[in-house]
Amino acid sequence: MQPIEERLELVRFKVDKTPHIRVNSEACKDCDTTACVYVCPAGLFELLGGEMHFSYEHCFECGTCYVACDRKAIEWNYPRGGWGVSFRAS
Amino acid sequence: MTTGQQFDAIVVGAGPAGSSAALAMARAGLRVALIERGEYAGAKNVSGAALYAPGLLAELLPNYWEEAPVERFLTRRVISLLGQESALSIDFRTDHFAQPPYNGFTILRPKFDRWLADKAQQAGASLITSTVVDDVLYERDQVAGVLCRREQGELYAPVVIAADGANSFLAKKAGLQGEFKAGEMTLGIKEVLRLDAHTIEERFNLTNDQGVATEYVGFATGNVKGGAFLYTNRDTLSIGLVTQIASLAQQRVKPYELLDRFKQHPAVAPLVRDSVPIEYSAHMIPEGGWAMLPKLSRGGLLVVGDAAGFVFAAGIFLEGMNFAIASGLAAAATAQEAHSQGDFSTASMARYRQQLEKSFVLQDLKRFRRAPAFLNNERLLHMYPELLCQAAENVFRSDGRPRRKLGRTIYSTMRGKVALRTLLRDGWQAARALFF
Ligand SMILES: Cc1cc2nc3c(=O)[nH]c(=O)nc-3n(C[C@H](O)[C@H](O)[C@H](O)COP(=O)(O)OP(=O)(O)OC[C@H]3O[C@@H](n4cnc5c(N)ncnc54)[C@H](O)[C@@H]3O)c2cc1C
Repeated sequence: MQPIEERLELVRFKVDKTPHIRVNSEACKDCDTTACVYVCPAGLFELLGGEMHFSYEHCFECGTCYVACDRKAIEWNYPRGGWGVSFRAS
Repeated sequence: MTTGQQFDAIVVGAGPAGSSAALAMARAGLRVALIERGEYAGAKNVSGAALYAPGLLAELLPNYWEEAPVERFLTRRVISLLGQESALSIDFRTDHFAQPPYNGFTILRPKFDRWLADKAQQAGASLITSTVVDDVLYERDQVAGVLCRREQGELYAPVVIAADGANSFLAKKAGLQGEFKAGEMTLGIKEVLRLDAHTIEERFNLTNDQGVATEYVGFATGNVKGGAFLYTNRDTLSIGLVTQIASLAQQRVKPYELLDRFKQHPAVAPLVRDSVPIEYSAHMIPEGGWAMLPKLSRGGLLVVGDAAGFVFAAGIFLEGMNFAIASGLAAAATAQEAHSQGDFSTASMARYRQQLEKSFVLQDLKRFRRAPAFLNNERLLHMYPELLCQAAENVFRSDGRPRRKLGRTIYSTMRGKVALRTLLRDGWQAARALFF
């Protein structure tokens, strides 16, 4: 299996200083589905020691995480215009 | 008329829906703003991508395929049922699809969308990139403009077209669309693989600029509901999966791991051998069909393309761009009509839906309204492809033992695996969803 990091290296991201997505990890504490961990196509959610960790830098801005989250723990928005992911070859 | 009005029409989103609408309205002489959050049109966009019914755009752009960034003309369509280690396929090809206006061609969205948005701009539309629209503006109860995320971001026009794609926050903010459910949205992921044109033509049995689109169902997505695709471009392949979001979460598997497994399937691996990945991408698809359609308009606002959920997904079909273009053009016609009458009321905007009802956009979605539920059938996606592959294997197996007649071979493959009643019920469901 190819590590997701290798795949993400192929993609151009213009990373803004402030995150465009916020995760209320309090709400994740007793979540037993942790859907976001599985559905995110960039593998940006990780449950470490019972705490949800999320990094926004390599986000595809697809929206899958907030649709999958049944706790409504994800405050989702687009990055500023021109920032974030820019596909070139897809 | 609105005070502070700057444009005759504002289009949010420069995908195929928005750029088509902007192009048509600019050609009709309207002052159009086309607003896109990406640094260029196409920067955020992902499709397979097979653009079907390409003739739809030819009225505005005659013979555009001669100059547009088109990859290959699709003359070959393959449907492949995957078992764990085998595949049973239908392979169709015809030169009838090799003549203009063509039946479909493969494109790459960052190139094609940029080209199409440029066409809208050349026709006179103001293309404003790197700009996010955060909200719609109202005058009394009617939509009268948009709010861009920048200083003095208010832009006014008597008609706004929401072409902002699958997430459509505009349709939600305007109260036309509710919250999405994970069972009606799918995630599409894709890889573009570099492979030289000559090898592609040899390997896929193609001549010149002809191409093939293959859809896979069955083991393609493991136990997850969905399917896979492999399309040929000029000197790349597009390979990817579409997976239902609820099902991914339920099965607790990551989409890119499924993609890795798919690429290693014995029916797929030889096709992608020696290719080099050059980009990986992902995008959401509204696949709920007829049942999840939002309200399509209100005073001063029209919703088009993915924002309106206009995707025709039925296993062997995955079409959204042609629906986006057709709905964008219908919205442009409605906006023009509204301008000529000076009427942007709810009633005036409702003409848009009437127009779509006459076109394939709403007719196909309605006619195939049972397809989404049918595709949700676990057996259909996973058990039947496997069983059919096993049946084929038993039919073709030549092992020096006396052969039974085909009916018996197939019957014994199926026996004990699926009850006749279930089989009949599923057959009936399939017939109603797709055939009659
Ligand atoms: C993996 C995959 C494979 C697919 N394969 C096919 C296929 O082979 N054939 C086919 O016909 N369809 C296919 N589809 C579906 C197709 O991609 C969509 O139906 C199509 O892109 C819809 O076009 P659109 O213009 O409505 O939306 P989009 O193409 O999504 O365009 C929306 C635009 O709006 C912009 N935008 C969004 N919000 C804002 C905002 N707030 N402010 C400013 N700009 C904004 C976006 O950046 C984007 O440019 C596929 C989809 C996926 C994900």
